[in-house]
Amino acid sequence: MSLYYVQKLIYNLNRDPHLQERFQVDMEDVLSDYDLTDEELDAIRKPDIGLLYVMGVNGQLLMHYAALRHYEWNEYIQAMKDGLAEHGQVREGLYLRTGGGAV
Amino acid sequence: MSLVFAGVCSHAPGITGRADRADPELKKGLYDNFDKMRDAIKASGAEALIIIAAEHFANFFMDNMPAYCMGMAEYYEGPIEDEEWLAIKRRRIPGNPDLSRRLVASVMEEVDLAYAQEWKFDHGIMVPLHFLAPDNDIDIIPVNINCQGPPLTPMNRVWAFGKALRRACDEMPEKIAIVGTGGISHWPATPDSGKINEEWDREFLDRWLANDKDRLLSYTDEETYHDGGQGGFEIRTFVAVAGACEGQPGELWYYAPIPIYAVGCTVASMAVA
Repeated sequence: MSLYYVQKLIYNLNRDPHLQERFQVDMEDVLSDYDLTDEELDAIRKPDIGLLYVMGVNGQLLMHYAALRHYEWNEYIQAMKDGLAEHGQVREGLYLRTGGGAV
Repeated sequence: MSLVFAGVCSHAPGITGRADRADPELKKGLYDNFDKMRDAIKASGAEALIIIAAEHFANFFMDNMPAYCMGMAEYYEGPIEDEEWLAIKRRRIPGNPDLSRRLVASVMEEVDLAYAQEWKFDHGIMVPLHFLAPDNDIDIIPVNINCQGPPLTPMNRVWAFGKALRRACDEMPEKIAIVGTGGISHWPATPDSGKINEEWDREFLDRWLANDKDRLLSYTDEETYHDGGQGGFEIRTFVAVAGACEGQPGELWYYAPIPIYAVGCTVASMAVA
């Protein structure tokens, strides 16, 4: 797993409109700059927002990547729920579905 | 001159980005109190506004994460997010590098503080500024407390930071306002986005409004994570303001859970002396 670099890629994309343009023109060229596993590469390319969530990508990063890939807010929330149903609980990080707090 | 105004407010992106999806009465109540805070800052004569925020990976990442950082730039830019998503136009915001430099140097006497000469504001600062300084008529000095990438700064250090910042402000000839923004309970950017623990929020507000240092500093991150969610760690911004106003009470102007904004929306002030 190289969750750190998945998040670094999304962090850089969120900050840099020129990188976003490069990513849209030649995604593979951008991805080659990061040390990512095949599963991570597939999830970013597709994109599989639910799987990225389950991998542990911090929600504050992921919500902007989802928006960049044209997920409307409700679609983004649903994608995370679908990811949990398909892949199980979040593997690491803070953005687990904890079940805490009131509803 | 000194600190002339202190307050706290929410900053959730839904407040502007999903503004009209909330109950109109709730939206109006919140917006009216943001306007009230803008008027109060103006009436205080503040020449600079320090926003104590908890940003979300717009500038700081796990490659070099400061516990505390203050902006020291001539200007800032924001929002970093998509303008339509946040419903806030991108703009340049005036800073005050000379005042920042003096504040940083003074705070450093007690608390190690990073500084940054460039800073892209995310919703954590832009949503408050959208209401509090829409006309760029006051210098803005951003402060960040890392509330996203653990290990997070302990609560007693947050208090010490708030006190150090207050002492630094009181040493300056300028009139300065501070506003902390974050929390209270929320589970943002998770499948539980919209969940709000009102009971936990109100208990926190009781402690904050009484400026009860012991009870504010007694929160553990484990407890906060369980009861207040990922966004609950941002109570550090409120606690820093309480530290800056040690011994003084707060006044709650507005609190209401607004699920489509994904947070218990809060606006409050705290006496500075």
